[in-house]
Amino acid sequence: MSDLISETAEGAQELQPKARTGGAEYMRELGSVLRIPNLPEGVEEVATDDDTMILNMGPQHPSTHGVLRVMLELQGETVLRSKPIIGYLHTGMEKTGEELTYLQGPTNVTRMDYVSPLFNELVFSLATEKLLDVEIPPRATWIRMLMCELNRMSSQFLWLATNGMDLGAVSMMIYGFRERESILAFFEKVTGLRMNHNYIRPGGVAADLPGGWRDDVLRLLEMFPERLDEYDTLLTGQPIWQERTQGVGILTTEECLALGVTGPLLRSTGLPWDLRKDEPYLYYDQLDFDVIVGTYGDSFDRYAIRLNEIRESMKMVRQILDQMPAGDYKVQDKKVTPPPRHRIDESMEALIHHFKIFTEGFRVPEGEVYVAVESPRGELGCYIVSDGSAKPYRMHIRGPSFVNLQALPHMVRGGLVADAVAAISSIDPIMGEVDR
Amino acid sequence: MDEADAVPPEEEPALIHGAVSGLSCGQLVVYPDRDLYVDMVGFLYDDGYRMCVDLTGVDYLFDLDRPLPAGVTPERFEVVVNLLSTETRQRIRLRVQSPEEDLTLPSIFLLHPGTEAMERETYDMFGIVFTGHPDLSRILMPDDWEGHPLRKDFGVGRIPVQFKGAPPAR
Repeated sequence: MSDLISETAEGAQELQPKARTGGAEYMRELGSVLRIPNLPEGVEEVATDDDTMILNMGPQHPSTHGVLRVMLELQGETVLRSKPIIGYLHTGMEKTGEELTYLQGPTNVTRMDYVSPLFNELVFSLATEKLLDVEIPPRATWIRMLMCELNRMSSQFLWLATNGMDLGAVSMMIYGFRERESILAFFEKVTGLRMNHNYIRPGGVAADLPGGWRDDVLRLLEMFPERLDEYDTLLTGQPIWQERTQGVGILTTEECLALGVTGPLLRSTGLPWDLRKDEPYLYYDQLDFDVIVGTYGDSFDRYAIRLNEIRESMKMVRQILDQMPAGDYKVQDKKVTPPPRHRIDESMEALIHHFKIFTEGFRVPEGEVYVAVESPRGELGCYIVSDGSAKPYRMHIRGPSFVNLQALPHMVRGGLVADAVAAISSIDPIMGEVDR
Repeated sequence: MDEADAVPPEEEPALIHGAVSGLSCGQLVVYPDRDLYVDMVGFLYDDGYRMCVDLTGVDYLFDLDRPLPAGVTPERFEVVVNLLSTETRQRIRLRVQSPEEDLTLPSIFLLHPGTEAMERETYDMFGIVFTGHPDLSRILMPDDWEGHPLRKDFGVGRIPVQFKGAPPAR
């Protein structure tokens, strides 16, 4: 026993035998209780508390994509139970949304899923427009589709980058960010900002596409196919990559439906559920594209789905370029739309109108509505309750990351810790959306 | 709106499994009683609504005279559940009235395990207690937080920070 007591600068410190520091001791710590329902009747406990160790992964762990903390119950290197612990990035955005007018709302929601901000703005705007019952001009809708598909590509590029980095393909990180950067440069030209654009607003979009936008998009479309083929060479056929991802984090269709999991995770199990196809919003029913599905529901399938969704998005962007009509980029309903800038200089009424819309906002009829769009991560829903005033009475965002993350314990059970990293990464959680 | 066209036209909304129903912006809404809630989710599950997409709450403290179909008593809290059928591509929304005095609701965890986190979030934000939930604890707010932030009588701004170990006021 005496050799367990060592002298330190702060006096004698007793080292506990390992068995006594594990399991139960840790569980007594506040907040580190692994509160997971007990196993159902008839299922035998694999290990008792004494054999297992609780490991807290995160919230500062680099491969948890932000401030996600995962509690892992380990037996040796094998993960038994696990639990994602969230809330570290909670900033009360739903509460904030009740204090902002409908015109200010997109500035708030765009900060939720900061990797695909345009989808947040889109779903909020669609819900508001549904309550208002206004018809959006065709050009605004096509611009929205163009921007969203480009955003989907940039989001998937970012996922390829971070997923590559998590699994040791560090060069992928640089490539993925390089591609994303080129799309963000285009976004900056259109919206003025690289992220958190506040571009899609109730009633249309904030500004028309700038001159030369078509050439910019065509340049992107020329560049990417070659780069995607490079990724195929770098990752898809590479034995190490396949070893790290194939058979890791498997989900079945039944599990996905029970857990509410959507997006690439659901499609990787073989169910072709894509809201763009199944519940077409905007003008997605006028586009020709395929829904990419997987077979095994593992991390590799999700990688393949996301890679090929970039190709599908490029196909869609090409069609959008062909079909982009001329016309208004926002609805010409004076109740909703502020007057154009040049009118303010010449008309007192326009100035008052502009001031009214940006201070008071517009009133939205009483009602409640739930609208869903397919974000790169799954079904992004927005539930708005209006009491007839200029601010939403209740604004709730159904974040796909929040729901998908809850499938993590099912994905990592029985696997290795290193596979848990691959599984977390394959969910593609954006913590801003998980915690809101 | 193009989305409303995509939804196949429903026949005249009437009772669905014994509960009042209605249309809201073209979307099908059911108003089951609290006692009927779990049964209703079960019936709808058998009808093909296999996925619980969303579960959240609304605090109608300042909007108690909201329009509701006849036969539904408005209460302060509402739990809103969005169900989806991937086979028929239909959605249905449940709005369950929950009185302030007895703020409990049975959990639908056994049918839809995915609601585990959503019910925790609703508990965290509104204080609605879901009986039968395996681990009803705070999910977004710190464990020792007082109050439920999304309630309408929970103020915004200027609240003392309640985090553990915060330095005392100087």
